Amino acid sequence: MASRPLTLYEKIWADHVVERRDDGTCLIYIDRHLVHEVTSPQAFAGLRAQGRKVRRPDLTLAVPDHNLPTTARVDAAGNMLPIADPESANQLSTLRANVAEFGVPYIDALDARQGIVHVIGPEQGFTLPGTTLVCGDSHTSAHGALGALAFGIGTSEVEHVLATQTLLLQQMKTMEVRVDGTLGFGVSPKDVVLAIIGKIGAAGGTGYVIEFTGEVIRAMSIEGRLTVSNMSIEGGARSGLIAPDETTFAYLKGRPMAPKGADWDKAVAYWRTLPSDAAAQYDRSVQLHATDIAPSLTWGTSPEDVVPITGHIPDPESFADPSKRVAAQKSLDYMGLTAGTAMQDIGVEHVFIGSCTNSRIEDLRAAAAVVKGRRVADRVRQALIVPGSGLVKRQAEAEGLDQIFISAGFQWREPGCSMCLAMNPDKVPSGERCASTSNRNFVGRQGPGARTHLLSPAMAAAAAVTGRLTDVRELMSADA
Amino acid sequence: MDPVRQVEGCAYPWGAKNIDTDIIIPAHWLKTTTREGLGRGAFETIRAQEGNIFDDPRYAGSPILIAGDNFGCGSSREHAAWALADLGIKAVIAPSFSDIFSGNAFKNGIVPVVLPQEAVDRLIEVAKTEEITIDLETMTVTTPFQDRFTFELDAFRRQCLLEGLDEIGLTLARDTAISKFESGAAEARPWISVGAGNEGVAIEGDRRT
Ligand code: SF4
Repeated sequence: MASRPLTLYEKIWADHVVERRDDGTCLIYIDRHLVHEVTSPQAFAGLRAQGRKVRRPDLTLAVPDHNLPTTARVDAAGNMLPIADPESANQLSTLRANVAEFGVPYIDALDARQGIVHVIGPEQGFTLPGTTLVCGDSHTSAHGALGALAFGIGTSEVEHVLATQTLLLQQMKTMEVRVDGTLGFGVSPKDVVLAIIGKIGAAGGTGYVIEFTGEVIRAMSIEGRLTVSNMSIEGGARSGLIAPDETTFAYLKGRPMAPKGADWDKAVAYWRTLPSDAAAQYDRSVQLHATDIAPSLTWGTSPEDVVPITGHIPDPESFADPSKRVAAQKSLDYMGLTAGTAMQDIGVEHVFIGSCTNSRIEDLRAAAAVVKGRRVADRVRQALIVPGSGLVKRQAEAEGLDQIFISAGFQWREPGCSMCLAMNPDKVPSGERCASTSNRNFVGRQGPGARTHLLSPAMAAAAAVTGRLTDVRELMSADA
Repeated sequence: MDPVRQVEGCAYPWGAKNIDTDIIIPAHWLKTTTREGLGRGAFETIRAQEGNIFDDPRYAGSPILIAGDNFGCGSSREHAAWALADLGIKAVIAPSFSDIFSGNAFKNGIVPVVLPQEAVDRLIEVAKTEEITIDLETMTVTTPFQDRFTFELDAFRRQCLLEGLDEIGLTLARDTAISKFESGAAEARPWISVGAGNEGVAIEGDRRT
């Protein structure tokens, strides 16, 4: 029996220690490994150079996402269209060759299950509570929404996991982020996580594993929780856990890769033991209240630059920290904004609804509810809806959401990372502004010179129909 | 990996905060399938600016970079570490690093040195004219003006750097322990492997285990 109360993180950690070294470093067993085309080629090449194999291909799953264009993938005859960019094409074919050579399970670009690696993991039931899950991508933190200890790793670590199914790790400190209360009308999980990052700062979670707790988190669907955990990394934390509960079990039951029959029952019994003990201690605790959270968005080039939609561009002089003052001025120069401007007076030329943060069916439903009966504003040059996976796309089409978007003037795309990062053909041109449901507003993230405002799907949809950053609450209540 | 005991030389006296991985190496450079040659894309947006620190002849080729808080935040791309290594950078000094970046740095023989802001400010001043020395044996950063700042490194990572160890090789030698853990876990949590359930997903190839 445990001698002291433990957190969810400590329980998962304890169940995965293969060996503890004298210096405190632990060899940790990895239950699940997701692989995509960008961060794996050098890892497979490393294995090949050393004559090494993949230890547990059955615990590994590969899928292409970052590089794939999101325009049509097959021609009228059903033949795969070539990928114009030779480097992207090479990276994609390298993944295909590597998974074939090493016997790694693989979902191909034309498979209906293809999608963003962090969307398909939960969707297929590959992501399970109480597992350790890694991927060569920092937004692996998303999978923490199901109670998995999930974190992004570099390519050397990808190679280490492929070869040994383990990683050498130091235990992290724990931070509880508790959000109590009930969210107001028009306030979504994206607003919750933006508010959290605004509060703790972009480096606030460095060295910590976050556990999100409280009424607001408990009341969220798995999709909403995935949005919150996804952006743990924008708050500096490699992982963001949420304790598994009935919502989690109901979500997973019957998923293709989730346990079945007697295994399911055993798994659920184990998962019920995982939530943090009532008296468990965290190294740091942060509290927010739902009533303080409005629809929010970013104004600058760090995800911590968060304001409510009713707010204004801050004056760099208002920051106490001198280096923060300089950074804020630089941000404003890059963003082409001036202090004191009301957020709602800022026009946008692009709208992107997608990415592993907000491309699941509930996100598309939330956006469609705003778009329905409206049209994309004239000044918006490009409005993209990019479903997170082929299955999300199909579901949305079955619900008729695609028609709502298309008739409003949006483009309805194939699944992939798309405009979240400037790696495939979807980019924001230099000097133009994008209302984006993705997770990073860094300089150049959506293309050289691109200006990004991070916000929720409903807020992005509202910006699309008005052509400016808009309080979705006002837009929607104008209807009523 | 080659052993690293000391990094000595000029330093880029930069000090910028929240330098993210998209600044270190923009995404369009990530389409490579090798580790080499990324220095050309390193700090591309910064280098496009007139009078930037990386193209300043006083600092060209420096093995040390001095930065501000939260260096390497953002993506897990190891390309950031490869790009720095390709530029010839062997150590980065900053008040804090993102967790993923510092792991990637170690694995590529780049030392992430954490020092308090005051020490970093002082080193930025010194580096404008003088060389500095980072010593892994004594865990100190020193300057010709008798400054001496001590830093900490994770013991295992330090050992790997000092001896140039191959982590994968070390772990493969623990195969018996890993296999033992696996059979224990298969008992306790049978659904982990049984439930992987990826039948119906393409699998082929020679190197299958
Ligand atoms: S959608 Fe964006 S953040 Fe998510 S995995 Fe793709 S590139 Fe990364």
